[in-house]
Amino acid sequence: MSVNQQAHTGPPYGRPQPGYQGYQQPAYGGQPLPGVPQLQYGAYNGPMPGYQQPAPPQGSLRAPSTSGAPPPASGASLPSGHLTYSPFGQGDVQNGIPASAAAVQRPPASQPYLPGSAPMPVSQTPTFQQYGPPPASVQQLSNHMAGMTIGSVAASAPPPAGLGYGPPTSVPPVSGSFSTTGSGLYTPYTASQGPPPTSVSQSLPLAQPPFPGAPRPPTMPGPPLPGQTVAGPPTTQPNHVSSPPPPSAMSGPQPGPPMSGLHGPPPPTHPPQPGYQMQQNGSFGQVRGPQANYGGTYPGTPNYGSQPGPPPPPKRLDPDSIPSPQLNELPPQQKPRHRIDPDAIPSPIQVIEDDRSNCGSEPFVTGVRGQVPPLVTTDFLVKDQGNASPRYIRCTSYNIPCTSDMAKQSQVPLAAVIKPLATLRPEETLPYLVDHGESGPVRCNRCKAYMCPFMQFIEGGRRFQCCFCSCVTEVPPHYFQHLDHTGKRVDFYDRPELSLGSYEFLATVDYCKNNKFPSPPAFIFMIDVSYNAVKSGLVRLICEELKSLLDYLPREGNMEESAIRVGFVTYNKVLHFYNVKSSLAQPQMMVVSDVADMFVPLLDGFLVNVNESRTVIASLLDQIPEMFADTRETETVFAPVIQAGLEALKAAECAGKLFIFHTSLPIAEAPGKLKNRDDKKLINTDKEKTLFQPQTSFYNNLAKDCVAQGCCVDLFLFPNQYLDVATLGVVTYQTGGSIYKYAYFQLETDQDRFLNDLRRDVQKEVGFDAVMRVRTSTGIRATDFFGAFYMSNTTDVEMAGLDCDKTITVEFKHDDKLSEDSGALLQCALLYTSCAGQRRLRIHNLSLNCCTQLADLYRNCETDTLINYLAKYAYRGVLSSPVKTVRDALVNQCAQILACYRKNCASPSSAGQLILPECMKLLPVYLNCVLKSDVLQPGLEVTTDDRAYIRQLVTSMDVAETNVFFYPRLLPLTKADVDSDSLPAAIRNSEERLSKGDIYLLENGLNIFVWVGVNVQQGLIQNLFGVSSFSQISNGLSTLPVLENPFSKKVRSIIDMLQMQRSRYMKLIIVKQEDKLEMLFKHFLVEDKSLSGGASYVDFLCHMHKEIRQLLS
Amino acid sequence: MSFQSFCSPMATYLEFIQQNEERDGVRFSWNVWPSSRLEATRMVVPLACLLTPLKERLDLPPVQYEPVLCSRPTCKAVLNPLCQVDYRAKLWACNFCFQRNQFPPAYAGISEVNQPAELMPQFSTIEYIVQRGPQMPLIFLYVVDTCLEEEDLQALKESLQMSLSLLPADALVGLITFGRMIQVHELSCEGISKSFVFRGTKDLTAKQIQDMLGLSRPAVPIQQGRPLQAPEQPVISSRFLQPVHKVDMNLTDLLGELQRDPWPVTQGKRPLRSTGVALSIAVGLLEGTFPNTGARIMLFTGGPPTQGPGMVVGDELKMPIRSWHDIEKDNARFMKKATKHYETLANRAAANGHCIDIYACALDQTGLLEMKCCANLTGGHMVMGDSFNTSLFKQTFQRVFNKGFNGEFRMAFGACLDVKTSRELKIAGAIGPCISLNAKGPCVSESELGIGGTSQWKICSLDPSTTLAIYFEVVNQHNAPIPQGGRGAVQFVTQYQHSSTQKRIHVTTIARNWADAQSQLQHIEAAFDQEAAAVLMARLGVYRAESEEGPDVLRWLDRQLIRLCQKFGQYSKDDPNSFRLSESFSLYPQFMFHLRRSPFLQVFNNSPDESSYYRHHFARQDLTQSLIMIQPILYAYSFHGPPEPVLLDSSSILPDRILLMDTFFQIVIYLGETIAQWQKAGYQEMPEYENFKHLLQAPLDDAQEILQTRFPMPRYIHTEHGGSQARFLLSKVNPSQTHNNLYAWGQESGAPILTDDVSLQVFMDHLKKLAVSSAA
Repeated sequence: MSVNQQAHTGPPYGRPQPGYQGYQQPAYGGQPLPGVPQLQYGAYNGPMPGYQQPAPPQGSLRAPSTSGAPPPASGASLPSGHLTYSPFGQGDVQNGIPASAAAVQRPPASQPYLPGSAPMPVSQTPTFQQYGPPPASVQQLSNHMAGMTIGSVAASAPPPAGLGYGPPTSVPPVSGSFSTTGSGLYTPYTASQGPPPTSVSQSLPLAQPPFPGAPRPPTMPGPPLPGQTVAGPPTTQPNHVSSPPPPSAMSGPQPGPPMSGLHGPPPPTHPPQPGYQMQQNGSFGQVRGPQANYGGTYPGTPNYGSQPGPPPPPKRLDPDSIPSPQLNELPPQQKPRHRIDPDAIPSPIQVIEDDRSNCGSEPFVTGVRGQVPPLVTTDFLVKDQGNASPRYIRCTSYNIPCTSDMAKQSQVPLAAVIKPLATLRPEETLPYLVDHGESGPVRCNRCKAYMCPFMQFIEGGRRFQCCFCSCVTEVPPHYFQHLDHTGKRVDFYDRPELSLGSYEFLATVDYCKNNKFPSPPAFIFMIDVSYNAVKSGLVRLICEELKSLLDYLPREGNMEESAIRVGFVTYNKVLHFYNVKSSLAQPQMMVVSDVADMFVPLLDGFLVNVNESRTVIASLLDQIPEMFADTRETETVFAPVIQAGLEALKAAECAGKLFIFHTSLPIAEAPGKLKNRDDKKLINTDKEKTLFQPQTSFYNNLAKDCVAQGCCVDLFLFPNQYLDVATLGVVTYQTGGSIYKYAYFQLETDQDRFLNDLRRDVQKEVGFDAVMRVRTSTGIRATDFFGAFYMSNTTDVEMAGLDCDKTITVEFKHDDKLSEDSGALLQCALLYTSCAGQRRLRIHNLSLNCCTQLADLYRNCETDTLINYLAKYAYRGVLSSPVKTVRDALVNQCAQILACYRKNCASPSSAGQLILPECMKLLPVYLNCVLKSDVLQPGLEVTTDDRAYIRQLVTSMDVAETNVFFYPRLLPLTKADVDSDSLPAAIRNSEERLSKGDIYLLENGLNIFVWVGVNVQQGLIQNLFGVSSFSQISNGLSTLPVLENPFSKKVRSIIDMLQMQRSRYMKLIIVKQEDKLEMLFKHFLVEDKSLSGGASYVDFLCHMHKEIRQLLS
Repeated sequence: MSFQSFCSPMATYLEFIQQNEERDGVRFSWNVWPSSRLEATRMVVPLACLLTPLKERLDLPPVQYEPVLCSRPTCKAVLNPLCQVDYRAKLWACNFCFQRNQFPPAYAGISEVNQPAELMPQFSTIEYIVQRGPQMPLIFLYVVDTCLEEEDLQALKESLQMSLSLLPADALVGLITFGRMIQVHELSCEGISKSFVFRGTKDLTAKQIQDMLGLSRPAVPIQQGRPLQAPEQPVISSRFLQPVHKVDMNLTDLLGELQRDPWPVTQGKRPLRSTGVALSIAVGLLEGTFPNTGARIMLFTGGPPTQGPGMVVGDELKMPIRSWHDIEKDNARFMKKATKHYETLANRAAANGHCIDIYACALDQTGLLEMKCCANLTGGHMVMGDSFNTSLFKQTFQRVFNKGFNGEFRMAFGACLDVKTSRELKIAGAIGPCISLNAKGPCVSESELGIGGTSQWKICSLDPSTTLAIYFEVVNQHNAPIPQGGRGAVQFVTQYQHSSTQKRIHVTTIARNWADAQSQLQHIEAAFDQEAAAVLMARLGVYRAESEEGPDVLRWLDRQLIRLCQKFGQYSKDDPNSFRLSESFSLYPQFMFHLRRSPFLQVFNNSPDESSYYRHHFARQDLTQSLIMIQPILYAYSFHGPPEPVLLDSSSILPDRILLMDTFFQIVIYLGETIAQWQKAGYQEMPEYENFKHLLQAPLDDAQEILQTRFPMPRYIHTEHGGSQARFLLSKVNPSQTHNNLYAWGQESGAPILTDDVSLQVFMDHLKKLAVSSAA
């Protein structure tokens, strides 16, 4: 079933780039030779073989590619090379599958494709075929296809590729290894690999020829061919076109054999595996193209490993090869003993790369219902044609089960990750602002849904029927418009709310608090001036920065100056307010010591316009550091600070944001006073949850008040010890604010990070006093919400402030049936006050498909979003349940998801096989990362504050952020092409992939590590660090020197680029291999076993498999 | 018939009284004392005195050494001219407890011809300068209401700025402003002006205030590895109170920048004014920084406290501030609580030797009724005006800083008055701007008149005219006769902080003869000081009026008067026409008549604030001023002769007269009908009528003279026959002619007063009737 699944999943990934394919192809090419594998495929259902095969084949493939003929001869190094390649191969394979799947899904056209294929067993899809068992798969396919149009099928040529991929990728290896459960399990796998390498390598050189000629090609190609042939013409890319040759190979029969082969004897499978790969290749239209041009494919490869370039080995990506060289070379016999080849299991890197190459090139057009968007790691352009951009909304599945039974059966959570104010690419247009006049936006009478593209106008345009609740509402006279012959309003294209997925309404006074238009919001800067803050230079730093930063307050549109007013407060045990009225010669300080009963001592002159009070403010900011230079006050208060800000906003009758810069646990006598309750002994006990809970409910109540006033709190923490983030963060969290934490803040090392964060935080787009409501088609309903907000009822998400980085995850549950015909609609309406004080409604609409077949569900899932949801769900769980319970629940749910797939969607196969849906083949690895995260499994050096901090942080992350947070990006810097803008290809997060002779960069959205191997060439060290040898690189370095050489520039530009991408400025940490800091670094190599007991990827996969088997049996 | 007419047969006693007053600042109701308790009670008017402790004496330079005290711990009387001295043995006997004391070594050279000043009879009053303890600078803490109209605030700011120049250079000055919130301004900071802000709705304890102001001593200086903490204290205490010379400019600017309270006041509301908390903070601040040091809290307020503890009225304008009517009906819902709040504050301030002045300027009431104790108990000033932008306030305020003839401020601080008596006398109490120090001792009487139960009182602030009434009780039993020629003695020891920051001790020792009331009643009678007695009785009456119903007090006064007349009048029973009073009592009933009509006892036509204001001043002015208050002076100016005092009677209001009335609180110039017509006709402009011009000018000049010296500045009223302001005059004069008896009296003279009040004549008739009645 792996194949099938892959096929299903494949579609989303769908668009493999030529380059990639090229790779794969070669790899496959190699595989094809083995030919035999096909048989295995058949046996295993394809998946099994697929996995195993891919690994080996890849290895082999690559070897050939790089070394060309040499492969066979290749020594250890070569094999290693192969290994390295092999991962790629695998990746490719996997990708391939996905690619195909993607292709199917995305372009509606592709869907039709499938159907087309359905009728013809062979044609239907190579993928299916791979799944092997033509018959079974066919049925499934047919089901899938059912909805599709033939034409599209044609377009979907990719699917074939998907098929090919599918099998090879995840399924085979896993199954192999798991099937036996023990090492024995692995054996088959390894065995399979073993053989392939040799053969592959050989084949590679031959590859091109083999493909065509080889029997596998026929098998694999066979399917593809049909697909391709069909597809080729209509939609598919040129690649597909190229595929034609394979068709012959595609031959239906092939699938059959492979399946069987796979299942039974692992060893024999080897040969087939290659074949599979071939198939995969074949499936990819593109693949073929590349195949043809072996050379072409190679060039692609060079990029990966190429930098070192010179020697053949480097080309092969030495680093990758390190771990498993043996595999390739080892005789099959040895392999059985060997553990699972990490290269053979689904590789995130591969999936990401494939999606990037498939989807990155052309815009994602949102016009079609239920389209799965490209991955978040792919840089793509969006064209809004009626559905909200995936930058605004992503769903765990774009095809929702029609009934709750189905949903329950699958256990796939139905959730949408919504980022209402997301930043778009510059090329994309911001939502248009629509003004419906005094009567306000046109809405459904019953459910109050806002006018959107899915509303049906009837009776000549006099009424419209709500797409959510079907209620019929009169069209207000001023909004009336005639319909054209298709029933569309004539002004369809003139009105954003009728033609676009995202747009804004201008709100009327009815949408405002107290029926009064809001005043422009205010920013209040509240600076801790206790001893620590002053001594560390923080106060001076903040004041200096504010002087210039105040000129960059958010402005609306093209207004000349920001409407936002600013105010200043400093505090230690008492609060100091400042009167900075423009008419004053000097600012005035007003001390409020009555912290027990906070109030705002002044009205006029506290919140001022920056330009008007410029000189007074400057004078104030100059004087603050001086005034407190000699302070000896170490105690601070906290709650009164927020209260003060809140009261100030109340008095000014506006919403706003507090920027609080705080250093220590608030132990001074005041409301909200805290005590140090940190206790690491609680970890792994039932009381561990208390560490995440606030100490007192005081802050919850305060948060409620803040939300009511629209007072958002952003917290910048500079702790030198425990300060109870779990409690201090409550208000921030519930008001939609952000926490920034700089432990052991040191001016020299942390200044840049802090200032960059501050600048971004102050400048970023933000809405105030926001209320978000998600409306859905009858049949499902939003039931649960995750994120930084407050809810006073069950439907409205209230946020005092909402910025462009904040994300809300919404879970849906069925309360009735959905229909396949009408699909499911989401409408997210966000009412907020803009930075100029304009009250607006931002509407995002998204239409989803509905399915009655589980396979459709599994084919349209998005693992990254799923992980986002699961992580948030789990992170909330730790507040109320022991961590272990939460972890078990996570594993269990995922096992059920996968088991359900296996049971209902995959073609029958041996129980020992692990079969993963293509769309979810990364679920295990990502899930493992979530389980290993600091919150769920704290490392020794992780503080309680860190955990609380991360817990809150993750809760409002979007999909892209969770993706990189849980599976950090690891880039081999030494392989970067200094002449191009591109990033070096990422590698998997495992120590095995690191070469002592290289320098790597790892980023997870919070930190950037630069890891330097002990054997790095001195020249590189000199270029990058300006010192002559490894040993001279000082420990604990946190910046890179600015050096004028291409390598240094390149590295720094890469770092800058990464910093730009993330919503927070990441902390740069230079790690020398074998240095103390390396421990910290290794913590982020998430595919490895972690010191704190986290399982390695491979082990976890085994574990998951076991779980799934248990569920199935 | 005015009390100024001094020519009388009793000239000797009058002279004696006057002499004593000038020398010692003491006026006794009786100058010969009845020698037994029983007789004393039959005298009706208690044995009491009006004491002006710091009465200015040009001829009395202070001595620069410490007084010599009686060594008996319960006595500690100061060596004085009444003591018997054994020059050879260098011993002296205390005239109060008869303890024999050794002279201190410094007195070794003492002899009959070489006496220290304190033994000379003319130094019955003497002032010592002592060098004990640190000299603390004077402290002035301004507490300023900012809920004022712009002009008022501006005027006030100017007055305050001006006042800085009047303060001694080393005086400490502080500033608290309040409106809806209270700001305590820190005066030491450069550049940025800094203030501590408190909300006006929350009552804070002294400790909280001090904590919040950062005044509390760091409990345990846990200074780990952090440097020095030496100069903590001076820094702390000087943050809010700085020497004038240092912050002069700073404070002037600060005052200049003072804005009206910025919180919006919606229509139909009063501004939120947190006077109660502001005062509380001021008191707490001084309490924490300068306990037992002379200090003045000067409260400037332009309206009633409307929120927080001490609020007097809500902020809804539709709810008027309480009137006497409300109070009688028990409808003044905030009054009791507010009064309690201010009383607590006043007691705290007084305990620390700090005084509170109230300068209230507003057209409506400002809550003086509730706040009066602040000034009353601490010796502070109370000034009431219509606006800060009037000369009444400006000049009054300026006069607070007036200097005496020797260039010293006419103010003293933290005084402690200790009264010692010879055995036959005990102290019953005191009435004046003081609080009890609860010093029990052998000379403290069981019965109380005024603030009793003590022989010591604290007077936080006093000036040369501050006068206390002190009441005594004769305790000598009838069967223990005092030897012939025996004298009773009283010693007043006042320790205080002089405005030059010196500590001084002012000692007055007086003695009076005892007389047996049965055999020597005429002596006692002749030595009756009816003026002092009137004031002393009036103080008792006013004191009682603060806590009792007005009619009860009046009835009590009447009964006392009748009893006195019965005792000392000469009459045949039941024959009113036979009733005569001796010269020394002749004016007393008239004083009582006017006292009964005075605003001190009559609340009709006065707001509670006004009553409080009048009573405040009555309880502290010296005898002369007090008498003016009881019975205003009326001068007449006419072409018929030189200006002359005339009867305070409606018959004195004649068309061809200009009248000048001084009621202490008001100076009224009233032009008679004819004079007014002349003036309108402009005769004064014509050279040939220059004498008319002079006539018009004369009362103005005299009034000016009074205005120059009086504190507080009286309200100056210039009116004429038929003018609306003439009511001030008409309400004071004895209504001898009213609409009821006008025709009976013929048209000859005077102006009828439209009132139902009884006239003096009716009053006297009744008095006589009751005095001679055998039934009474």
